[in-house]
Amino acid sequence: MSTLHTVNKSPFSTQSLVSCLGHAKDGDTVLLIEDGVYGAISQSGISDAISARATEVNLCVLQPDLEARGVDAAKVVEGVNLVDYSGFVELAAKHSLTQAWL
Amino acid sequence: MAYQVNGATIEHDEEGYILTLSDWSKELADVIAETEEIDMNEEHWEVVNFLREYYEEYQIAPAVRVLIKSIKKSLGPEKGNNKYMYELFPYGPAKQACKIAGLPKPTGCV
Amino acid sequence: MENDAKRFLYVNRKAPYGTIYALESLEVVLIGAAFEQNVSLAFLDDGVFQLTKGQDTQGIGVKNFSPTYRALGDYDVNKLYVEKESLEERGLSVDDLQEITYEDEDDDWEEKPSINIVSRSEMADIMANQDVVLSF
Repeated sequence: MSTLHTVNKSPFSTQSLVSCLGHAKDGDTVLLIEDGVYGAISQSGISDAISARATEVNLCVLQPDLEARGVDAAKVVEGVNLVDYSGFVELAAKHSLTQAWL
Repeated sequence: MAYQVNGATIEHDEEGYILTLSDWSKELADVIAETEEIDMNEEHWEVVNFLREYYEEYQIAPAVRVLIKSIKKSLGPEKGNNKYMYELFPYGPAKQACKIAGLPKPTGCV
Repeated sequence: MENDAKRFLYVNRKAPYGTIYALESLEVVLIGAAFEQNVSLAFLDDGVFQLTKGQDTQGIGVKNFSPTYRALGDYDVNKLYVEKESLEERGLSVDDLQEITYEDEDDDWEEKPSINIVSRSEMADIMANQDVVLSF
């Protein structure tokens, strides 16, 4: 039993990502989508909080949303995996539950 | 509401601007120009092509003031002025030329 | 014009694409530019993301409006203030922003940068020194 968490808000304007990371269990996946992808930028004010969970939680970011916002894949926090739309579907199928952090 | 070009039907809005930018063709431009009562010559095409290039670069159709200023910069003052542009497009160079160029209504036209 | 024109500041605090605010702001600025006021744009908090370079929206099926910021100079909008602290908090620097320029009418049409990086306290002064502030 595990959960796919999606976060679609910028971590700099809401607490969604911080709260999500605080509630995600080991073995869960946290997928950053839409404005949530800004949470994947390295050397930001919250990137340490992200990398701190990168071992227990599978951290992912949706590549089309990343590209739309001009975030270079080279700037993504180490340990965060890029996924495309079919990867999103696979994650949803793999986990027994999906929870959206709006 | 639609234009008919070579058997194809191209939808447009109530003011005559086409709905899908990729529907545009030179043949369609001639059809739109006809409804605007404009007989397309080289000078008209120069402005229409300029507008399409402007849109390609900035993703907007410029307001008339901006269009004339930009034409002046790239084609010279004898073309970048109100008189020349309104002679080509009597009902408004930005509005008419944008319509013929298959672009949306200019941003900044109230 | 500069003397009796009102000073307008458009405050941009939202990222592009996730909400409609950024695009709406840009459209209002372009429409408002016809009224020849003294216009400035402020980018702070997530608003700094609006100006990042290399945006490619093909994958999300939304119009990429980032090139339109480069047309602002043609509309005589050439004061874009970007808050340094907001950039840094987001892991960004000025190098991550696209280049936006205008041609200075009073200086033989020389091409000059429109983006000014300012500190938070400078931004506060800019905000305080306006006739009208519009928030997005």
